[in-house]
Amino acid sequence: MWNKPATDTQVTHLQRLWLYILCTLVLLFLVMPTLLVIPMSFSDSRYLSFPPESWSLRWYRAYFSSAEWLQATAVSFKVAFLTMILATTTGTLASYGLHTTRARLGKYMMVLLTMPMIIPVILLAVGIFLTFAPVGLNSTIGGLVLAHTVLAIPLVMITVTAGLKNFDINQEMVARSMGASRPWAFLTVTLPQIRNSVLSGALLAFIISLDEVVIALLIAGGDKATLTRRMFLALRDEIDPTIAAISTLLIVFSIVMLALSQFLQSKK
Amino acid sequence: MTATEHTEPLNKQALKRQARTQQRNELSLSLPAFILVGSLVLVPIGWLFWLSIYGADGFTAENYIRLLHPSYKKTLITTFELAFLVTGLCILLGYPLAYLASQLKPRMASLVLLCVLFPFWTSLLVRTYAWLVLLQRRGLINTWLMDMGLIDAPLKLAHNFTGTTIGMVHIMLPFFVLPLYASMKTVDLSLLKAAANLGASPVKAFWQIYVPLTLSGLGAGVILVFVLSLGFYVTPALLGGGRVMMWAMQIERSMAVYADWGAASALGVVLLVMTLGILWAFARLTGAMSSVEGK
Repeated sequence: MWNKPATDTQVTHLQRLWLYILCTLVLLFLVMPTLLVIPMSFSDSRYLSFPPESWSLRWYRAYFSSAEWLQATAVSFKVAFLTMILATTTGTLASYGLHTTRARLGKYMMVLLTMPMIIPVILLAVGIFLTFAPVGLNSTIGGLVLAHTVLAIPLVMITVTAGLKNFDINQEMVARSMGASRPWAFLTVTLPQIRNSVLSGALLAFIISLDEVVIALLIAGGDKATLTRRMFLALRDEIDPTIAAISTLLIVFSIVMLALSQFLQSKK
Repeated sequence: MTATEHTEPLNKQALKRQARTQQRNELSLSLPAFILVGSLVLVPIGWLFWLSIYGADGFTAENYIRLLHPSYKKTLITTFELAFLVTGLCILLGYPLAYLASQLKPRMASLVLLCVLFPFWTSLLVRTYAWLVLLQRRGLINTWLMDMGLIDAPLKLAHNFTGTTIGMVHIMLPFFVLPLYASMKTVDLSLLKAAANLGASPVKAFWQIYVPLTLSGLGAGVILVFVLSLGFYVTPALLGGGRVMMWAMQIERSMAVYADWGAASALGVVLLVMTLGILWAFARLTGAMSSVEGK
């Protein structure tokens, strides 16, 4: 088997054994460190060792009995949920409008709306802090939601626009020519067919908000601190194994999300 | 005859008016998103730009002149060093991976892609934490190496440039592999067969046929990783342990520690100009390349 050619240029599997080994190592590099956190979180000791000398749920108990961590978690999920709603609605509306319009302004609008993706986050964070200061939006849920929504809009728009490109807009025209109003035609003909793109856009918006650190670090103080902000500050000072437990919960959560998005994409 | 002369332009105008109303309605759908992005991104950045050139006594270049100070220069050099190193390592590790993945059977390929996507979907902070666990003084790698008797004293892997580089490569690799993989999937492999048929050695066929065909994907990956690295904050702040001063950290520090808006905004404007400049140059370059290819 090893002496069979693997490529069109007759390189055998044996000759490119190094490639297989290298790629396996790179994949391990990508996946292993994160997965190592899971067994670590069940350790009984304050000090890191692998495999842990004795097992316990100590750090999970520490997390679930800490009012501070639980409050931060509640803030994070509340913000992520609201961001998802706001970013998905505004982003989908904008994608639909800009996809169907023939106005020349549409192209520039698309570029403007995807700007938050290429501007360094630290700069967005400083700018948002500056804008929120006079109107008192720093350290509020509303402020965080607005800031995260701006970050998520480009990704929602890219996902939804990709979905719209696969959809034949003439179907909507037919509905309108038969008397449906435009909003009604959009809701009953177009939206059901781009549903999966809209849902994966929403999923992305949720994850982006949940994982966001830099903006939260600058604008979310006091009792409105997000989970990631608290984790960042805790990591800067010392390695608290509670973070291993929180990380494991977050890893499980992202595996579920990833599976969900793969499922949505396979149905497209 | 006269009737048509009259009705035609009239109709035309009515249709035009209707089309314009429709266009305006469609454009207005993007208004909510535009108000959000405009008020939270475009206006604040304009404001930062203003703060960087307008001080207490009128227009000033003082904030920018201050950036020539050696400490800022050192930050700039560190930032570029790290961005170049991370990009280089991403090419070395990511190109072979994308190459192999693009040739695997669908089932294997999707497994590989899942491994690439998994870190992409896991929280940045969780991954940085994982590296801290592995790399720090009493971390797993040092414990293992000492238990095996390979080293006597713990290696300095975290809280320095080495740790930051390792962590950053881990974060950036998916950004590099995904666009490259997409472009490699479109390469027509029969071109390589033709090259071999015409007497090219596998190595020559790879470098002269395959690599040039994947340049656009490679370029996209390189630019993405480089630009993201330039403005990166979280991983250097944690894995660098305060010893690796990046441009983004300098911005945060001037703002949060010194409340020096002049310095923070000038630093920010410089970062933005560098980022947009690189992206613009890349867009021009690929535009020029595709027009040459087109001819």
